[in-house]
Amino acid sequence: MTTVSKLKQLEASASVKSLGLLLFLTAAAISSPVVAEDGGERWQEIKSSLFGNREIQDGSSTLSLETPYRAMDAAVVPVDISSLVPQTPQQYIENLYLVIDNNPSPVAAVFHFLGKRDWQSLSTRVRVNAYTDVRVVAETSEGKIYMVSNFVKASGGCSAPPTKDPVAAAANLGRMKFKLPEATTDSGRVLAQLLIKHPNNSGLQFDQVSRNYIPADFIRNIEVSYNGELLFSVDSDISISEDPSIRFGFEPEAGGKLEVSVKDSTGRTFAETFGVTGGGNG
Amino acid sequence: MEGKCLKSRLRACCLISILIGVYWHGVSYGSTNVVEVTDGIYVRFGLQQEPTTENQGRIANVGFILGRQRVAVIDTGNSLVEGLDLRAAIRRVTHLPIAYVIFTHMHPDHVLGAAAFVQDDPEFIGHVQLADALTRREPFYLEAARQLLGDDFEGTRVVLPGSPVSGSRKLDLGGRIIELEAHPTAHTNNDLTVYDPASGTLWLSDLLFIGRIPVIDGSILGWLRQMERLSARDIGLVVPGHGPVTHRWMDALAAQRRYLKKVVTGIREVIRNNGSITQAVSQVANGERENWLLFEENHGRNVTTSFVEIEWE
Repeated sequence: MTTVSKLKQLEASASVKSLGLLLFLTAAAISSPVVAEDGGERWQEIKSSLFGNREIQDGSSTLSLETPYRAMDAAVVPVDISSLVPQTPQQYIENLYLVIDNNPSPVAAVFHFLGKRDWQSLSTRVRVNAYTDVRVVAETSEGKIYMVSNFVKASGGCSAPPTKDPVAAAANLGRMKFKLPEATTDSGRVLAQLLIKHPNNSGLQFDQVSRNYIPADFIRNIEVSYNGELLFSVDSDISISEDPSIRFGFEPEAGGKLEVSVKDSTGRTFAETFGVTGGGNG
Repeated sequence: MEGKCLKSRLRACCLISILIGVYWHGVSYGSTNVVEVTDGIYVRFGLQQEPTTENQGRIANVGFILGRQRVAVIDTGNSLVEGLDLRAAIRRVTHLPIAYVIFTHMHPDHVLGAAAFVQDDPEFIGHVQLADALTRREPFYLEAARQLLGDDFEGTRVVLPGSPVSGSRKLDLGGRIIELEAHPTAHTNNDLTVYDPASGTLWLSDLLFIGRIPVIDGSILGWLRQMERLSARDIGLVVPGHGPVTHRWMDALAAQRRYLKKVVTGIREVIRNNGSITQAVSQVANGERENWLLFEENHGRNVTTSFVEIEWE
């Protein structure tokens, strides 16, 4: 592992695009609790918030989405997204929305790409509070919108949001791991994985002892750059699982450097740099 | 010390036949009947099932220890009704004051009957991290219980422990001193065990599952470390959180350790090959399927939750 890593943790004011929108939806959800209602109605509400009355096309020839039909652990539901068409500077997915209709905060994440590198595959893990549709909506550089969705059976119940070991979580806050498999495919592309230690607390729980809500503490933005060029950024929210994981298709070159910067809702920032040798395990 | 251990072992041996009898013939699981498993220690056995509307979540072993002057309740069941049934069972045995209610950990099948004992004004005792853990989960636990219990949910609530235990604590029941031990994160981050030196009995609760597949809600690696420590102890009789009371607890511990180790080894292998959670769920420790009750309902979650722990090794 040829990792040169440094961890900086400093107070900073996070400035995140489109966050207002995410917060708006969060606030809306708190004021009107989600019940097991028609997913369609809920989606109409989310859709008009995000895209107004723009046309959304069937995305099954552009995207694929894999989720378990029944979630094993409602706090950690794997979501695998693939782009089915090559991402090129001429034509690429600019914004990729991951939406979980029946969660209190339905917009789990918005990924932003610049189209300079193909990624092909993108995975993360989410919380699922109730039976719900999970959607991926792609906004292309040409201004078109495509969508695919799956139904996931899960109920928050006992295994839902709270962190299992808050003491350990606090001790490791902001730690990162970057994993590259040793073998590359013929194309030279590998599936890299970024892991970030963070409780990603929803803040929706009431503390009986202090008579206050436990303050929200979640990652708002992640930027991943390679040799000074942005690979992607993500605006994220409380529906992303604790200790967020992002796996992405990536074509490393010899002697590269991967930089990650993270901002959370309390204003903390975390940054780390990983040395990446082509195909080596960073 | 040696002599005492031997004595408790002998006593435990004498119990074998009784216990097997109790387990196979005498006990109506999940009923309101308590069984005196050894001198002064009473257990109401839980059903080896997932919580359902039919069984009202009466799935955990709950019970009490009787001293000459006081009673210590260990776990309270999933609802006020279940707690009241346990209290009634205690009152059929003794009229001594219920001085302590001990929570072995946060799970609803163990803590949600606590309101039944508020009338006795006991000391509610739990692991130092229990109050925080329960506070964070309370809305989820209560909502699940409401759905499970319907009309019988009435009055069910969380009672936070007023007395936190970190490390250990002794409780004097009058002529009988029991020892509480708070464990590092294992089954949950708030596991507490109760040892009764007089009978050589260790109330392990959910640090040991017998028959029913273990549920991981803390740290699989931490749990394996706790089991390593426990296996060095000289204990006569063990009360698990689920399943029969047994003197052959080392066998039960070995079975649980085998399962947990297979999960860890299997996940490490998947991670080494850059595999995903989904792959781990379909591949890891499937050979254990026949060895456990409720495997289908819990194994996938165990693998998932362990995966996100082990990938940080």
